[in-house]
This record gives sequence, structure tokens and C-alpha cells, in this order.
Amino acid sequence: MTRLRPQPPGTPAPVPSRFSAPYWEGCARDELRFLRCSNCHLAIADAARICWRCHSRQLRWEQSRGRGRLYSWTIVWRPQTPVFDVPYSVAIVELDEDIFVVSSVIGCEPDALTEGMELAVEFHPVNGDMKLPYFRPVDDGGSPLA
Amino acid sequence: MAHPFRDAAIAGVFNTLQARRLPDHDSLSIAIEGALGALDDAGLGVADVDGVIGERAGELAYELRLGPCRRSPNGLGIPAVLEAAALITTGQCQVVLVVGGSAGIYTDRASTAPWTRPTNEFVVGYGMFTAVEFALMAKRHMLTFGTTPGQLAAVAATIRNNGHQNPEAVYFGRGPFTPEDILASRPIAEPFHLLDCSTTSEGGCGLVLTTADRAADLKRPAAWILGGGSDAYGPAYQHGPIWDFTGRPGEDVPAGYVGRRAAAAAFVTAGLSPSDVGVCELYDPFSFEIIRQLEAFGFCPDGEGGAFVSDGTIGPGGRLPVTTDGGTMSFAHPGNSTQMLQRVIRSVQQVRGTCASAQVPGAEVALCSNGGSGALFNDVMLVGSVRP
Repeated sequence: MTRLRPQPPGTPAPVPSRFSAPYWEGCARDELRFLRCSNCHLAIADAARICWRCHSRQLRWEQSRGRGRLYSWTIVWRPQTPVFDVPYSVAIVELDEDIFVVSSVIGCEPDALTEGMELAVEFHPVNGDMKLPYFRPVDDGGSPLA
Repeated sequence: MAHPFRDAAIAGVFNTLQARRLPDHDSLSIAIEGALGALDDAGLGVADVDGVIGERAGELAYELRLGPCRRSPNGLGIPAVLEAAALITTGQCQVVLVVGGSAGIYTDRASTAPWTRPTNEFVVGYGMFTAVEFALMAKRHMLTFGTTPGQLAAVAATIRNNGHQNPEAVYFGRGPFTPEDILASRPIAEPFHLLDCSTTSEGGCGLVLTTADRAADLKRPAAWILGGGSDAYGPAYQHGPIWDFTGRPGEDVPAGYVGRRAAAAAFVTAGLSPSDVGVCELYDPFSFEIIRQLEAFGFCPDGEGGAFVSDGTIGPGGRLPVTTDGGTMSFAHPGNSTQMLQRVIRSVQQVRGTCASAQVPGAEVALCSNGGSGALFNDVMLVGSVRP
């Protein structure tokens, strides 16, 4: 078993807002969603209220390919609260859709993380029906690296 | 054109006792001590005050019977001092207190500062906290420029040794430290070890600003605001700290270099450049922040901050001593505005020549800062001994 794993149930659960509910509904179905502007087609991170580029309010949820590259990361050995199992990673992933997301890389050893490594999303329960997106290293063909 | 801060003087500054815990105080009571101490330092009294700024400004107005007075619940550091100066130069106030205080807030054993714990739905599930946010920025700099853990450790050792020799520091006498000691301390969030991180403590502080005319007759030589600026990209501790995040079209400074525009504005107002600065009282939540700010503010080219901090330049007797009281790593780290106002206070002490330790001989211009890249904001101020 590798050292970087999903957190066990009991960690703080996200509290969806009116604007983010579709994102978490997607996670529950193993779909990573993001907002795209209907006017200028910009892809936007988080649950934006307005397009970051053209200020259109007409944003729609799309499904991400769920693939990206590792942009920055840290390995945490002393957690904010004891409910988190260490070590764990916190990572910034640059998705193929050109947006950055905060997540955690699992399925490898802490010292195996490298800049730009290819990652694929997978979902793990966080609380009740909610799931949290994690990322696992994959080879160029898209298969998980053991 | 007259300098915009020419008619506002910093007439008094004060730090209360700083300690890991102040069991006989709450945040309001220690803020009161900060306010009264600053007035005493200036040679002014409560009856002279007609404005108060700080996260507890309203309560201070009531407790000290300051009314009728201007009150502003500005819980920032440098922007609060700049606001005080603006109240004076525009004639809205004659004597303004800027006050911070924090005590009794560490009610559990978790030593992450409570005001930095994120609840944003997109980060909370991943165990994000302050050290992680600053580590994600530091890691990106290390990947881009080859900055090393040893260079971060050189910063932490320098600042902790400043606190080690400061009798007013919470961690007075707790060193000295070598960079090897920093690297040998337990890992927190890579690349940060325990000794790369700020501490937590309690305390209060205050500053008094008044008109230049009034300051001329007071107890202390005045210190002067030569320039200031403030940059932010969003709320602190909510969103992912992404080095290359940008804002307005036409503004190409990435979030990684937040503070660059603020520093440039401060230098323009002052008519100065980085080479005119004798001491930098930089905000030091994590060791890497010093490297980042030295680059952002123009003290060295991008990517060269690691080398800049490794050759003695930022230490005692160096060309640009940094965070000379020990900063948040060793001097004190009380919550919210206090820790940030303390960077201004130390700058005032440096240009007045009244530091209890590590006085930079003949310091005429000090640069101080608040915030940092993991927090997506950075405030900058230049403080001088000569009226602009």
C-alpha cells in the first residue's frame, strides 16, 4: 500500500453553496465539473458568479476530462487538526481545460511526485453521499501507475 | 507638489509584554495597554485622541471614553497606519491611535492560528492550512528557480537569531540557530520544517499619529511615512495559492509576486529606490516569504532571492538586515492586526534609533511589509527619520 491515500471519513466536509451545488452533485457521480462562460467560452475554476474575462453571468457546468498535470505540491507531516492522516499531499493540478484546481495526489510515495507529472481524477467519499476529487499518477496512455 | 504624508507624523509606538500566553488578559484589555503605552511614548494623553483605528476601535472608544471620536474597525496593519495618516493630512483628526491586541484566543491545543483556518468548500477537505498555502507558493518558486531548503533555512536562522538576542522577544535566549538546526527540525509541510514557520503568541501594541506641527513639540523625534502601498488578489486563506494567478488585463504581476506594485508605488512616492533602504522589517510568516518579498520589492532580480539571503547580506552587520526583532518566528505573533502593526513599530524604532537589540547604526529608511503570497495580499510601507 502506498503512503499517499485518501483521507478516512471524518475530515471536514465541504459545505455547498447555491452556486456550487452542481459541482458536488457531479463529484457524487464521479464527474469532475467546471464552469465555462457561454459568451466567451473561458473555463473558470471554483463556483464563479461571473466570467473572469467578459463578466457574463451566463456560465454553464461542463464535465472535465479529469486529466491534468502537477503544478505545485506539498507533503504535510503535521496536519491542521488530528483528524487528517499523515503524510498527505496538497496539490495544485493544472487541468487539460486550462484551469487550476486544489486537490490531493494519492496512489504513490511522497517522494514520487514530480513537476508536470500526468494525473487522472478519481473520487472518494468524504461524508455521507459527498465525494471529493483526488488525483492519481498515470502513464502517458492514461493507465494508473501501480 | 508637497509629499502626501508630509503633514502626518508617527509620534509614538509601543509593544506590551509579549508572551506565549497572557492569562490575565483578553484581546481588549491588552489592546488598551497598547494604546496607553503608545500615548505615553508620544507624551500625549487620552484626552488628546480624536480618532482610533483597529479591529476593536469601537470598544476602545468606549473603554477609554474617547468620544466623540472617529473610529474605524480596520483590522489590517500597514493599511491602518496609512488610513491614520490620511485622517490627519485631510484634517479629519488631530491625534489618531492605531491599536492591536490579541489574548485568550488559543483555546485548543492546535497551534494553527485560528484566523487562518480556511472553510472554503473547495479546499477544506484537503487539509489546507497556512503552512500548506505558503508551501505551495514556495514549492513553485523552488521548481522554477532552483531555490533550496538550505536557502530557506538561512532565512529562518537569521531571523530566529535576531529574536534570540532581543530581550523583548517571546523566544529570547532560545538560540542560537544554524541553518542545519532549521533543516533538522521536524517536517511540517514540505519544504517547511518546524523552525521555518512562525510561532503563535499573545500581546498588544499601539501607534500614535498626529500632525507634523504637534509632533514637533512632543517627547520623541517623529518618524515619517515616506510611501506606502497595498496589493491583494482575493480573500486570504480561501482559494488555492497559485503562483501564476493574475488579475486585471494589463497588470502582469502574478500572485506569486503580490506586493510588487505596492512596493513600486511606495518607492515612487518616496522618491527612493531599494538601494536607499537601510533595514527591512519584512513580515515573516514562513522563511520563504523573505526570499519572495526581496524579489517582489526589487531588492534582487527574480529567482536570485535564495542566493541573496545566503551570504550574510540580511544578517546583523549585513548590507540589508531583515526582521531585526525576530519577527513572527521569534519576537511575537499575536493575532490579526497586532503582528502586522509590529512590523511598522520596529521600523519606527529603527529610524529613531531606539531598538532594544540589533539597532542598525544610522538607519534612516526602513521598509516594512505585511502579508504574503500564501495569503494573496502584501502591504508595504517606507518609514524614514527625515520629514519628506
